[in-house]
Amino acid sequence: MKKHYSINRILVYVFLVFMFIVSVFPFYWMVAGMTNNAVDVIKGKMTFGNQILSNITTLFATYNMVRILLNSLKVTGFTVLGILIVSSMAAYGFQIYSSPAREKVYGFIILFMMVPPIALMIPLFRLIVKMHLLNTHSGLVLTSIASATVFIIFFLRQSFKAFPYEIIQAARVDGAGEFRIFFSIFIPSMKSSYAAAAIYSFMASWNAYLWPLIILQTDKQKTITLMISSMSSAYFPEWGVIMTAIVIATLPTIIVFFGFQKYFVQGMLGSSLKQ
Amino acid sequence: MTEKGISRSFIKQKDKYGWLFISLALILLGVLLFYPIVYSLYLSTMSSKGIVQKFVGFGNYVKLFQDSMFILALKNTLTFFLIQVPIMLFLALILANILNDKTIKYRGIFRTAFFLPAVTSLIAYTILFKMMFSLDGFINGVLLNVHIINSPIPWLLDPFWAKVTLIIGLTWRWTGYNMIFYLSALQNIPEEIYEAAKIDGANKVKQFFYITIPLLKPLILFTAVMSTIGTLQLFDEPMNLSQGGVTSATTGPGNSLLTLSVYVYNLCFKYMPSFGYAATVSYAIVLIVALLSITQFKIMGDKK
Repeated sequence: MKKHYSINRILVYVFLVFMFIVSVFPFYWMVAGMTNNAVDVIKGKMTFGNQILSNITTLFATYNMVRILLNSLKVTGFTVLGILIVSSMAAYGFQIYSSPAREKVYGFIILFMMVPPIALMIPLFRLIVKMHLLNTHSGLVLTSIASATVFIIFFLRQSFKAFPYEIIQAARVDGAGEFRIFFSIFIPSMKSSYAAAAIYSFMASWNAYLWPLIILQTDKQKTITLMISSMSSAYFPEWGVIMTAIVIATLPTIIVFFGFQKYFVQGMLGSSLKQ
Repeated sequence: MTEKGISRSFIKQKDKYGWLFISLALILLGVLLFYPIVYSLYLSTMSSKGIVQKFVGFGNYVKLFQDSMFILALKNTLTFFLIQVPIMLFLALILANILNDKTIKYRGIFRTAFFLPAVTSLIAYTILFKMMFSLDGFINGVLLNVHIINSPIPWLLDPFWAKVTLIIGLTWRWTGYNMIFYLSALQNIPEEIYEAAKIDGANKVKQFFYITIPLLKPLILFTAVMSTIGTLQLFDEPMNLSQGGVTSATTGPGNSLLTLSVYVYNLCFKYMPSFGYAATVSYAIVLIVALLSITQFKIMGDKK
Protein backbone atom coordinates (compact mmCIF):
# COMPACT_ATOMS: atom_id res chain seq x y z
CA MET A 1 0.00 0.00 0.00
CA LYS A 2 2.70 2.43 0.97
CA LYS A 3 4.74 1.57 -2.11
CA HIS A 4 1.77 2.02 -4.43
CA TYR A 5 1.28 5.49 -3.01
CA SER A 6 4.86 6.51 -3.63
CA ILE A 7 4.84 5.27 -7.23
CA ASN A 8 1.86 7.52 -7.85
CA ARG A 9 3.74 10.33 -6.21
CA ILE A 10 6.76 9.76 -8.42
CA LEU A 11 4.59 9.78 -11.54
CA VAL A 12 3.04 13.07 -10.46
CA TYR A 13 6.48 14.59 -9.98
CA VAL A 14 7.69 13.23 -13.33
CA PHE A 15 4.67 14.85 -14.96
CA LEU A 16 5.27 18.14 -13.13
CA VAL A 17 8.96 18.20 -14.06
CA PHE A 18 8.11 17.42 -17.68
CA MET A 19 5.61 20.28 -17.78
CA PHE A 20 8.13 22.52 -16.06
CA ILE A 21 10.71 21.83 -18.76
CA VAL A 22 8.16 22.34 -21.54
CA SER A 23 7.05 25.66 -20.02
CA VAL A 24 10.45 27.09 -19.31
CA PHE A 25 12.57 25.66 -22.12
CA PRO A 26 11.57 28.21 -24.81
CA PHE A 27 12.81 30.95 -22.47
CA TYR A 28 16.15 29.25 -22.09
CA TRP A 29 16.30 28.64 -25.82
CA MET A 30 15.55 32.27 -26.55
CA VAL A 31 18.46 33.42 -24.39
CA ALA A 32 20.77 30.76 -25.85
CA GLY A 33 19.69 31.74 -29.36
CA MET A 34 20.73 35.29 -28.65
CA THR A 35 24.32 34.06 -28.47
CA ASN A 36 24.27 31.98 -31.66
CA ASN A 37 24.28 32.71 -35.38
CA ALA A 38 21.30 32.17 -37.71
CA VAL A 39 22.32 28.70 -38.88
CA ASP A 40 22.88 27.38 -35.35
CA VAL A 41 19.55 28.74 -34.13
CA ILE A 42 17.53 27.16 -36.90
CA LYS A 43 19.43 23.88 -36.45
CA GLY A 44 18.34 23.87 -32.82
CA LYS A 45 21.69 24.40 -31.11
CA MET A 46 21.04 24.30 -27.37
CA THR A 47 24.29 25.56 -25.94
CA PHE A 48 25.53 29.11 -25.64
CA GLY A 49 27.67 30.50 -28.46
CA ASN A 50 29.81 33.60 -28.79
CA GLN A 51 27.72 35.64 -31.20
CA ILE A 52 25.97 37.81 -28.65
CA LEU A 53 27.92 40.99 -29.36
CA SER A 54 27.67 40.57 -33.10
CA ASN A 55 23.90 39.95 -32.81
CA ILE A 56 23.38 43.05 -30.69
CA THR A 57 25.54 45.18 -32.96
CA THR A 58 23.75 43.95 -36.07
CA LEU A 59 20.37 44.57 -34.46
CA PHE A 60 21.16 48.15 -33.49
CA ALA A 61 23.04 48.88 -36.74
CA THR A 62 20.46 47.45 -39.15
CA TYR A 63 17.32 48.60 -37.40
CA ASN A 64 16.65 51.83 -35.64
CA MET A 65 16.21 49.99 -32.35
CA VAL A 66 16.35 52.99 -30.07
CA ARG A 67 13.59 54.73 -31.98
CA ILE A 68 11.50 51.54 -32.17
CA LEU A 69 11.78 50.93 -28.45
CA LEU A 70 10.88 54.56 -27.77
CA ASN A 71 7.86 54.18 -30.07
CA SER A 72 6.69 51.12 -28.14
CA LEU A 73 7.28 52.87 -24.84
CA LYS A 74 5.45 56.01 -25.90
CA VAL A 75 2.43 54.17 -27.31
CA THR A 76 2.21 51.86 -24.29
CA GLY A 77 2.64 54.71 -21.81
CA PHE A 78 -0.11 56.88 -23.29
CA THR A 79 -2.41 53.89 -23.77
CA VAL A 80 -2.08 52.78 -20.15
CA LEU A 81 -2.54 56.34 -18.88
CA GLY A 82 -5.55 56.89 -21.10
CA ILE A 83 -7.21 53.62 -20.13
CA LEU A 84 -6.68 54.30 -16.43
CA ILE A 85 -8.09 57.85 -16.55
CA VAL A 86 -11.11 57.06 -18.72
CA SER A 87 -11.98 53.71 -17.16
CA SER A 88 -11.43 54.55 -13.52
CA MET A 89 -13.50 57.72 -13.73
CA ALA A 90 -16.28 55.79 -15.42
CA ALA A 91 -16.11 52.91 -12.96
CA TYR A 92 -16.20 55.44 -10.11
CA GLY A 93 -19.17 57.23 -11.66
CA PHE A 94 -21.11 54.01 -12.11
CA GLN A 95 -20.30 52.63 -8.68
CA ILE A 96 -20.40 55.65 -6.36
CA TYR A 97 -23.22 57.60 -8.04
CA SER A 98 -25.33 54.62 -8.92
CA SER A 99 -28.72 55.47 -10.40
CA PRO A 100 -31.22 53.40 -12.41
CA ALA A 101 -30.48 55.36 -15.59
CA ARG A 102 -26.74 54.85 -15.30
CA GLU A 103 -27.18 51.16 -14.50
CA LYS A 104 -28.94 50.83 -17.85
CA VAL A 105 -26.04 52.57 -19.59
CA TYR A 106 -23.61 50.28 -17.75
CA GLY A 107 -25.48 47.16 -18.81
CA PHE A 108 -25.38 48.37 -22.40
CA ILE A 109 -21.65 49.15 -22.30
CA ILE A 110 -20.80 45.78 -20.78
CA LEU A 111 -22.40 44.05 -23.77
CA PHE A 112 -19.53 45.36 -25.86
CA MET A 113 -17.13 43.10 -23.98
CA MET A 114 -18.44 40.29 -26.17
CA VAL A 115 -17.57 42.08 -29.41
CA PRO A 116 -14.31 40.69 -30.79
CA PRO A 117 -11.81 43.40 -31.79
CA ILE A 118 -11.61 41.89 -35.25
CA ALA A 119 -15.18 43.06 -35.84
CA LEU A 120 -13.99 46.60 -35.18
CA MET A 121 -11.06 46.33 -37.54
CA ILE A 122 -12.72 47.66 -40.69
CA PRO A 123 -14.97 50.43 -39.38
CA LEU A 124 -12.41 51.67 -36.89
CA PHE A 125 -9.70 51.64 -39.53
CA ARG A 126 -11.88 53.75 -41.82
CA LEU A 127 -12.69 56.11 -38.96
CA ILE A 128 -8.99 56.54 -38.21
CA VAL A 129 -8.38 57.29 -41.89
CA LYS A 130 -11.16 59.89 -41.87
CA MET A 131 -9.73 61.48 -38.74
CA HIS A 132 -6.36 61.74 -40.52
CA LEU A 133 -4.77 59.64 -37.79
CA LEU A 134 -3.50 56.83 -40.01
CA ASN A 135 0.18 56.10 -39.41
CA THR A 136 0.21 58.17 -36.22
CA HIS A 137 0.81 57.06 -32.69
CA SER A 138 -2.26 59.02 -31.55
CA GLY A 139 -4.41 56.89 -33.83
CA LEU A 140 -2.97 53.72 -32.38
CA VAL A 141 -3.35 54.96 -28.80
CA LEU A 142 -7.00 55.88 -29.41
CA THR A 143 -7.90 52.49 -30.88
CA SER A 144 -6.01 50.67 -28.12
CA ILE A 145 -7.83 52.62 -25.43
CA ALA A 146 -11.17 51.98 -27.11
CA SER A 147 -10.66 48.24 -27.38
CA ALA A 148 -9.58 47.76 -23.74
CA THR A 149 -11.67 50.31 -21.85
CA VAL A 150 -14.88 48.32 -21.48
CA PHE A 151 -13.13 45.40 -19.86
CA ILE A 152 -11.16 47.68 -17.52
CA ILE A 153 -14.33 49.58 -16.52
CA PHE A 154 -15.88 46.24 -15.64
CA PHE A 155 -12.81 45.09 -13.72
CA LEU A 156 -12.38 48.34 -11.81
CA ARG A 157 -16.03 48.58 -10.87
CA GLN A 158 -15.86 45.09 -9.42
CA SER A 159 -12.94 46.06 -7.22
CA PHE A 160 -14.32 49.52 -6.37
CA LYS A 161 -17.26 47.79 -4.69
CA ALA A 162 -15.00 47.11 -1.73
CA PHE A 163 -14.50 50.84 -1.08
CA PRO A 164 -16.46 51.99 1.99
CA TYR A 165 -19.01 54.61 0.92
CA GLU A 166 -18.95 56.21 4.41
CA ILE A 167 -15.53 57.66 3.69
CA ILE A 168 -16.97 59.63 0.79
CA GLN A 169 -19.92 60.78 2.92
CA ALA A 170 -17.55 61.88 5.66
CA ALA A 171 -15.42 63.82 3.19
CA ARG A 172 -18.54 65.56 1.84
CA VAL A 173 -19.53 66.60 5.34
CA ASP A 174 -16.05 68.06 5.71
CA GLY A 175 -16.77 70.13 2.61
CA ALA A 176 -14.54 68.39 0.07
CA GLY A 177 -15.60 68.77 -3.57
CA GLU A 178 -16.62 65.70 -5.57
CA PHE A 179 -13.53 65.73 -7.80
CA ARG A 180 -11.24 66.34 -4.85
CA ILE A 181 -12.71 63.31 -3.12
CA PHE A 182 -11.99 61.24 -6.21
CA PHE A 183 -8.46 62.47 -6.81
CA SER A 184 -7.09 62.91 -3.30
CA ILE A 185 -9.04 60.39 -1.25
CA PHE A 186 -10.29 57.66 -3.52
CA ILE A 187 -7.37 57.12 -5.94
CA PRO A 188 -4.67 56.92 -3.25
CA SER A 189 -6.59 54.29 -1.32
CA MET A 190 -7.30 52.13 -4.38
CA LYS A 191 -3.69 51.89 -5.53
CA SER A 192 -3.69 48.11 -5.87
CA SER A 193 -6.73 48.11 -8.16
CA TYR A 194 -5.04 50.73 -10.29
CA ALA A 195 -1.84 48.69 -10.33
CA ALA A 196 -3.69 45.59 -11.50
CA ALA A 197 -5.47 47.51 -14.26
CA ALA A 198 -2.22 49.21 -15.28
CA ILE A 199 -0.36 45.90 -15.55
CA TYR A 200 -3.12 44.34 -17.60
CA SER A 201 -3.19 47.31 -19.98
CA PHE A 202 0.59 47.41 -20.16
CA MET A 203 0.81 43.77 -21.23
CA ALA A 204 -1.94 44.15 -23.80
CA SER A 205 -0.48 47.30 -25.29
CA TRP A 206 3.21 46.34 -25.26
CA ASN A 207 2.45 43.01 -26.95
CA ALA A 208 -0.20 44.31 -29.36
CA TYR A 209 0.10 43.29 -32.98
CA LEU A 210 -3.18 43.66 -34.89
CA TRP A 211 -3.78 47.39 -34.40
CA PRO A 212 -0.17 48.48 -34.87
CA LEU A 213 -0.05 46.36 -38.04
CA ILE A 214 -3.09 48.11 -39.47
CA ILE A 215 -2.44 51.66 -38.30
CA LEU A 216 1.33 52.10 -38.38
CA GLN A 217 2.65 51.85 -41.89
CA THR A 218 6.11 53.33 -42.00
CA ASP A 219 9.27 52.01 -40.36
CA LYS A 220 9.64 55.31 -38.54
CA GLN A 221 6.48 54.68 -36.54
CA LYS A 222 6.84 50.93 -35.94
CA THR A 223 6.71 49.23 -32.56
CA ILE A 224 8.91 46.36 -31.39
CA THR A 225 6.29 43.65 -32.06
CA LEU A 226 5.85 44.83 -35.63
CA MET A 227 9.58 44.90 -36.14
CA ILE A 228 10.08 41.35 -34.85
CA SER A 229 7.27 40.11 -37.05
CA SER A 230 8.69 41.72 -40.18
CA MET A 231 12.24 40.56 -39.36
CA SER A 232 11.07 36.95 -39.23
CA SER A 233 9.27 37.18 -42.55
CA ALA A 234 12.42 38.28 -44.36
CA TYR A 235 13.68 36.06 -47.16
CA PHE A 236 16.80 35.10 -45.19
CA PRO A 237 15.84 35.70 -41.57
CA GLU A 238 18.73 36.51 -39.25
CA TRP A 239 17.52 34.17 -36.51
CA GLY A 240 20.21 35.05 -33.96
CA VAL A 241 19.43 38.75 -34.35
CA ILE A 242 15.70 38.02 -34.15
CA MET A 243 16.26 36.09 -30.92
CA THR A 244 18.08 39.11 -29.53
CA ALA A 245 15.13 41.34 -30.45
CA ILE A 246 12.70 38.87 -28.87
CA VAL A 247 14.70 38.86 -25.64
CA ILE A 248 14.68 42.66 -25.57
CA ALA A 249 10.94 42.76 -26.24
CA THR A 250 10.14 40.13 -23.62
CA LEU A 251 12.35 41.52 -20.87
CA PRO A 252 10.01 44.35 -19.76
CA THR A 253 7.05 41.98 -19.45
CA ILE A 254 9.09 39.47 -17.44
CA ILE A 255 10.30 42.24 -15.13
CA VAL A 256 6.76 43.53 -14.63
CA PHE A 257 5.55 39.99 -14.03
CA PHE A 258 8.13 39.13 -11.37
CA GLY A 259 8.00 42.60 -9.83
CA PHE A 260 4.24 42.77 -9.49
CA GLN A 261 3.21 39.11 -9.49
CA LYS A 262 0.52 39.73 -6.88
CA TYR A 263 -1.24 42.49 -8.84
CA PHE A 264 -0.70 40.60 -12.06
CA VAL A 265 -2.68 37.60 -10.93
CA GLN A 266 -5.24 39.82 -9.24
CA GLY A 267 -5.80 41.69 -12.49
CA MET A 268 -6.35 38.44 -14.32
CA LEU A 269 -8.69 36.99 -11.75
CA GLY A 270 -10.63 40.24 -11.61
CA SER A 271 -12.18 39.26 -14.88
CA SER A 272 -13.75 36.19 -13.36
CA LEU A 273 -15.00 37.85 -10.18
CA LYS A 274 -18.57 38.07 -11.36
CA GLN A 275 -19.40 34.43 -10.94
CA MET B 1 -39.31 70.80 4.77
CA THR B 2 -36.06 72.63 4.21
CA GLU B 3 -34.09 69.51 4.95
CA LYS B 4 -35.99 67.69 2.25
CA GLY B 5 -35.21 70.51 -0.18
CA ILE B 6 -31.52 70.31 0.58
CA SER B 7 -31.35 66.58 0.10
CA ARG B 8 -33.27 66.82 -3.17
CA SER B 9 -30.91 69.41 -4.58
CA PHE B 10 -28.05 67.33 -3.32
CA ILE B 11 -29.32 64.25 -5.14
CA LYS B 12 -29.73 66.32 -8.31
CA GLN B 13 -26.19 67.64 -7.96
CA LYS B 14 -24.93 64.16 -7.23
CA ASP B 15 -26.61 62.93 -10.37
CA LYS B 16 -24.85 65.61 -12.38
CA TYR B 17 -21.48 64.44 -11.06
CA GLY B 18 -22.37 60.85 -11.86
CA TRP B 19 -22.83 61.75 -15.53
CA LEU B 20 -19.75 63.94 -15.44
CA PHE B 21 -17.54 61.08 -14.26
CA ILE B 22 -18.74 58.69 -16.94
CA SER B 23 -18.92 61.29 -19.73
CA LEU B 24 -15.36 60.83 -20.96
CA ALA B 25 -15.85 57.08 -21.37
CA LEU B 26 -19.25 57.57 -23.01
CA ILE B 27 -17.88 59.96 -25.63
CA LEU B 28 -14.89 57.73 -26.35
CA LEU B 29 -16.87 54.51 -26.55
CA GLY B 30 -19.62 56.17 -28.55
CA VAL B 31 -17.21 57.36 -31.22
CA LEU B 32 -14.71 54.50 -31.24
CA LEU B 33 -16.88 51.50 -30.42
CA PHE B 34 -20.60 52.05 -30.86
CA TYR B 35 -20.45 54.09 -34.05
CA PRO B 36 -17.99 51.70 -35.79
CA ILE B 37 -20.12 48.68 -34.97
CA VAL B 38 -23.28 50.26 -36.33
CA TYR B 39 -21.39 51.57 -39.33
CA SER B 40 -20.00 48.10 -39.90
CA LEU B 41 -23.54 46.70 -40.04
CA TYR B 42 -24.34 49.24 -42.72
CA LEU B 43 -21.13 48.35 -44.56
CA SER B 44 -22.01 44.68 -44.50
CA THR B 45 -24.95 45.41 -46.78
CA MET B 46 -22.73 47.10 -49.35
CA SER B 47 -20.73 45.54 -52.11
CA SER B 48 -17.52 47.38 -52.77
CA LYS B 49 -14.72 46.97 -55.20
CA GLY B 50 -12.06 49.51 -54.34
CA ILE B 51 -13.94 52.73 -53.75
CA VAL B 52 -17.10 51.97 -55.72
CA GLN B 53 -19.94 50.98 -53.39
CA LYS B 54 -23.32 49.50 -54.11
CA PHE B 55 -26.16 48.45 -51.84
CA VAL B 56 -26.74 44.69 -51.93
CA GLY B 57 -28.80 44.09 -48.79
CA PHE B 58 -28.31 40.53 -47.60
CA GLY B 59 -26.33 39.74 -50.74
CA ASN B 60 -23.03 39.54 -48.86
CA TYR B 61 -24.52 37.17 -46.32
CA VAL B 62 -25.70 34.86 -49.10
CA LYS B 63 -22.27 35.09 -50.70
CA LEU B 64 -20.72 33.72 -47.48
CA PHE B 65 -22.12 30.26 -48.14
CA GLN B 66 -20.70 30.12 -51.63
CA ASP B 67 -17.30 31.46 -50.68
CA SER B 68 -14.93 28.48 -50.48
CA MET B 69 -12.25 30.60 -48.75
CA PHE B 70 -14.69 31.59 -46.02
CA ILE B 71 -15.77 27.98 -45.56
CA LEU B 72 -12.14 26.87 -45.36
CA ALA B 73 -11.38 29.58 -42.77
CA LEU B 74 -14.46 28.60 -40.80
CA LYS B 75 -13.48 24.92 -40.88
CA ASN B 76 -9.93 25.69 -39.78
CA THR B 77 -11.08 27.96 -36.97
CA LEU B 78 -13.61 25.43 -35.70
CA THR B 79 -10.97 22.68 -35.83
CA PHE B 80 -8.68 24.72 -33.60
CA PHE B 81 -11.58 25.48 -31.29
CA LEU B 82 -12.86 21.90 -31.00
CA ILE B 83 -9.46 20.28 -30.49
CA GLN B 84 -7.33 22.86 -28.76
CA VAL B 85 -9.74 24.30 -26.17
CA PRO B 86 -10.72 20.97 -24.53
CA ILE B 87 -7.11 19.73 -24.42
CA MET B 88 -5.91 22.96 -22.87
CA LEU B 89 -8.69 23.30 -20.29
CA PHE B 90 -8.38 19.67 -19.24
CA LEU B 91 -4.61 19.99 -18.86
CA ALA B 92 -5.08 23.20 -16.89
CA LEU B 93 -7.55 21.48 -14.58
CA ILE B 94 -5.17 18.58 -13.94
CA LEU B 95 -2.26 20.92 -13.21
CA ALA B 96 -4.38 23.06 -10.89
CA ASN B 97 -5.59 19.96 -9.13
CA ILE B 98 -2.06 18.68 -8.58
CA LEU B 99 -0.75 22.04 -7.39
CA ASN B 100 -3.64 22.42 -4.98
CA ASP B 101 -2.31 19.39 -3.07
CA LYS B 102 -0.44 20.91 -0.15
CA THR B 103 1.88 17.93 0.20
CA ILE B 104 3.46 18.60 -3.21
CA LYS B 105 6.88 20.22 -2.89
CA TYR B 106 7.97 23.37 -4.74
CA ARG B 107 4.39 24.27 -5.62
CA GLY B 108 5.22 27.96 -5.94
CA ILE B 109 8.02 27.31 -8.42
CA PHE B 110 5.86 25.01 -10.55
CA ARG B 111 2.99 27.49 -10.51
CA THR B 112 5.20 30.37 -11.61
CA ALA B 113 6.84 28.24 -14.32
CA PHE B 114 3.52 27.06 -15.75
CA PHE B 115 2.22 30.60 -15.83
CA LEU B 116 5.35 32.08 -17.40
CA PRO B 117 4.35 31.40 -21.05
CA ALA B 118 1.34 33.69 -20.57
CA VAL B 119 3.72 36.61 -20.09
CA THR B 120 5.24 36.39 -23.57
CA SER B 121 3.83 38.33 -26.47
CA LEU B 122 1.95 36.28 -29.04
CA ILE B 123 4.43 37.34 -31.71
CA ALA B 124 7.49 36.39 -29.66
CA TYR B 125 6.31 32.90 -28.82
CA THR B 126 5.00 32.27 -32.32
CA ILE B 127 8.37 33.09 -33.83
CA LEU B 128 10.15 30.96 -31.21
CA PHE B 129 7.89 28.07 -32.16
CA LYS B 130 8.45 28.69 -35.84
CA MET B 131 12.18 28.28 -35.25
CA MET B 132 11.89 25.27 -32.96
CA PHE B 133 9.57 23.46 -35.36
CA SER B 134 11.58 24.06 -38.52
CA LEU B 135 12.40 20.97 -40.60
CA ASP B 136 15.96 20.52 -39.33
CA GLY B 137 15.19 22.41 -36.12
CA PHE B 138 15.27 21.67 -32.44
CA ILE B 139 12.10 19.58 -32.05
CA ASN B 140 12.87 17.24 -34.93
CA GLY B 141 16.45 16.99 -33.66
CA VAL B 142 15.30 15.82 -30.24
CA LEU B 143 12.69 13.43 -31.61
CA LEU B 144 15.23 11.89 -34.01
CA ASN B 145 17.81 11.55 -31.26
CA VAL B 146 15.52 9.63 -28.94
CA HIS B 147 14.29 7.56 -31.92
CA ILE B 148 10.62 8.48 -31.60
CA ILE B 149 10.66 9.24 -35.32
CA ASN B 150 12.87 8.03 -38.17
CA SER B 151 12.51 10.96 -40.52
CA PRO B 152 11.88 14.59 -39.64
CA ILE B 153 8.24 15.68 -39.31
CA PRO B 154 7.39 18.45 -41.84
CA TRP B 155 5.85 20.55 -39.02
CA LEU B 156 5.29 23.79 -40.87
CA LEU B 157 5.39 22.42 -44.41
CA ASP B 158 2.44 20.07 -44.30
CA PRO B 159 -1.21 21.19 -43.80
CA PHE B 160 -1.91 18.62 -41.09
CA TRP B 161 1.29 19.15 -39.11
CA ALA B 162 0.98 22.92 -39.40
CA LYS B 163 -2.31 22.69 -37.55
CA VAL B 164 -0.70 20.42 -34.95
CA THR B 165 2.10 22.95 -34.46
CA LEU B 166 -0.37 25.78 -33.92
CA ILE B 167 -2.35 23.69 -31.44
CA ILE B 168 0.83 22.83 -29.50
CA GLY B 169 1.80 26.48 -29.48
CA LEU B 170 -1.60 27.68 -28.26
CA THR B 171 -1.63 25.06 -25.55
CA TRP B 172 1.84 26.08 -24.41
CA ARG B 173 0.87 29.75 -24.25
CA TRP B 174 -2.52 29.49 -22.51
CA THR B 175 -2.62 26.40 -20.26
CA GLY B 176 -0.91 28.05 -17.29
CA TYR B 177 -3.07 31.12 -17.74
CA ASN B 178 -6.23 29.05 -17.32
CA MET B 179 -4.65 27.04 -14.53
CA ILE B 180 -4.36 30.18 -12.38
CA PHE B 181 -8.13 30.69 -12.53
CA TYR B 182 -8.80 27.11 -11.45
CA LEU B 183 -6.14 27.19 -8.77
CA SER B 184 -7.59 30.28 -7.12
CA ALA B 185 -11.05 28.71 -7.12
CA LEU B 186 -9.79 25.38 -5.79
CA GLN B 187 -8.30 27.15 -2.82
CA ASN B 188 -11.82 28.16 -1.85
CA ILE B 189 -13.13 24.59 -1.80
CA PRO B 190 -13.15 23.42 1.82
CA GLU B 191 -10.76 20.56 2.53
CA GLU B 192 -13.52 18.72 4.45
CA ILE B 193 -15.33 17.82 1.24
CA TYR B 194 -12.28 15.90 0.05
CA GLU B 195 -11.77 14.36 3.50
CA ALA B 196 -15.34 13.09 3.48
CA ALA B 197 -14.92 11.68 -0.02
CA LYS B 198 -11.74 9.91 1.04
CA ILE B 199 -13.58 8.28 3.94
CA ASP B 200 -16.26 7.17 1.49
CA GLY B 201 -13.52 5.47 -0.49
CA ALA B 202 -13.17 7.84 -3.44
CA ASN B 203 -9.63 7.90 -4.81
CA LYS B 204 -7.92 10.95 -6.28
CA VAL B 205 -9.20 10.31 -9.80
CA LYS B 206 -12.77 9.95 -8.59
CA GLN B 207 -12.43 13.06 -6.43
CA PHE B 208 -11.24 14.95 -9.49
CA PHE B 209 -14.20 13.95 -11.66
CA TYR B 210 -16.94 13.98 -9.04
CA ILE B 211 -15.93 16.87 -6.79
CA THR B 212 -13.42 19.18 -8.42
CA ILE B 213 -14.96 19.43 -11.89
CA PRO B 214 -18.58 19.93 -10.73
CA LEU B 215 -17.54 22.56 -8.17
CA LEU B 216 -15.47 24.46 -10.72
CA LYS B 217 -18.21 24.35 -13.32
CA PRO B 218 -18.97 28.10 -13.37
CA LEU B 219 -15.29 28.88 -13.76
CA ILE B 220 -14.79 26.21 -16.42
CA LEU B 221 -17.66 27.82 -18.28
CA PHE B 222 -16.03 31.23 -17.92
CA THR B 223 -12.67 30.01 -19.24
CA ALA B 224 -14.38 28.07 -22.03
CA VAL B 225 -16.22 31.18 -23.20
CA MET B 226 -13.04 33.28 -22.96
CA SER B 227 -11.13 30.65 -24.96
CA THR B 228 -13.90 30.52 -27.53
CA ILE B 229 -13.71 34.26 -28.08
CA GLY B 230 -9.92 33.97 -28.24
CA THR B 231 -9.87 31.08 -30.69
CA LEU B 232 -12.39 32.68 -33.00
CA GLN B 233 -10.07 35.66 -33.22
CA LEU B 234 -6.82 33.79 -33.83
CA PHE B 235 -4.72 36.18 -35.82
CA ASP B 236 -1.19 36.83 -34.59
CA GLU B 237 -0.14 33.18 -34.51
CA PRO B 238 -1.33 31.90 -37.91
CA MET B 239 -0.06 35.08 -39.53
CA ASN B 240 3.43 34.71 -38.10
CA LEU B 241 3.75 30.93 -38.37
CA SER B 242 3.37 31.27 -42.14
CA GLN B 243 6.45 31.38 -44.26
CA GLY B 244 6.90 35.03 -45.13
CA GLY B 245 4.45 36.30 -42.49
CA VAL B 246 2.06 39.05 -43.55
CA THR B 247 3.37 39.04 -47.12
CA SER B 248 2.98 35.32 -47.75
CA ALA B 249 0.59 34.14 -50.46
CA THR B 250 -1.11 31.56 -48.24
CA THR B 251 -1.57 31.34 -44.48
CA GLY B 252 0.24 28.12 -43.67
CA PRO B 253 0.77 25.36 -46.24
CA GLY B 254 -2.33 25.10 -48.42
CA ASN B 255 -3.99 27.81 -46.30
CA SER B 256 -4.21 25.29 -43.46
CA LEU B 257 -3.78 28.09 -40.91
CA LEU B 258 -6.22 30.50 -42.55
CA THR B 259 -8.54 31.61 -39.75
CA LEU B 260 -11.61 33.81 -39.96
CA SER B 261 -9.76 36.81 -38.55
CA VAL B 262 -6.89 36.42 -40.98
CA TYR B 263 -9.44 36.18 -43.77
CA VAL B 264 -11.03 39.47 -42.69
CA TYR B 265 -7.59 41.06 -42.71
CA ASN B 266 -6.84 39.64 -46.16
CA LEU B 267 -10.13 40.93 -47.54
CA CYS B 268 -9.28 44.45 -46.38
CA PHE B 269 -5.58 44.78 -46.77
CA LYS B 270 -4.22 42.06 -49.02
CA TYR B 271 -6.58 41.62 -51.92
CA MET B 272 -8.42 44.46 -53.60
CA PRO B 273 -10.13 45.99 -50.54
CA SER B 274 -13.74 44.88 -50.23
CA PHE B 275 -14.70 46.43 -46.91
CA GLY B 276 -18.37 45.59 -47.29
CA TYR B 277 -17.84 41.87 -47.59
CA ALA B 278 -15.14 41.95 -44.88
CA ALA B 279 -17.66 43.58 -42.54
CA THR B 280 -20.05 40.73 -43.33
CA VAL B 281 -17.42 38.15 -42.42
CA SER B 282 -16.69 39.95 -39.14
CA TYR B 283 -20.39 39.99 -38.32
CA ALA B 284 -20.41 36.26 -39.00
CA ILE B 285 -17.59 35.92 -36.42
CA VAL B 286 -19.60 37.88 -33.84
CA LEU B 287 -22.58 35.66 -34.53
CA ILE B 288 -20.54 32.44 -34.21
CA VAL B 289 -18.99 33.66 -30.93
CA ALA B 290 -22.47 34.40 -29.59
CA LEU B 291 -23.85 31.03 -30.74
CA LEU B 292 -20.96 29.03 -29.29
CA SER B 293 -21.10 30.93 -25.99
CA ILE B 294 -24.84 30.38 -25.67
CA THR B 295 -24.37 26.67 -26.44
CA GLN B 296 -21.73 26.42 -23.74
CA PHE B 297 -23.99 28.19 -21.25
CA LYS B 298 -26.79 25.77 -22.16
CA ILE B 299 -24.66 22.63 -21.85
CA MET B 300 -22.93 23.58 -18.63
CA GLY B 301 -25.70 25.57 -17.02
CA ASP B 302 -28.15 22.65 -17.21
CA LYS B 303 -27.05 20.82 -14.12
CA LYS B 304 -26.63 23.93 -12.01
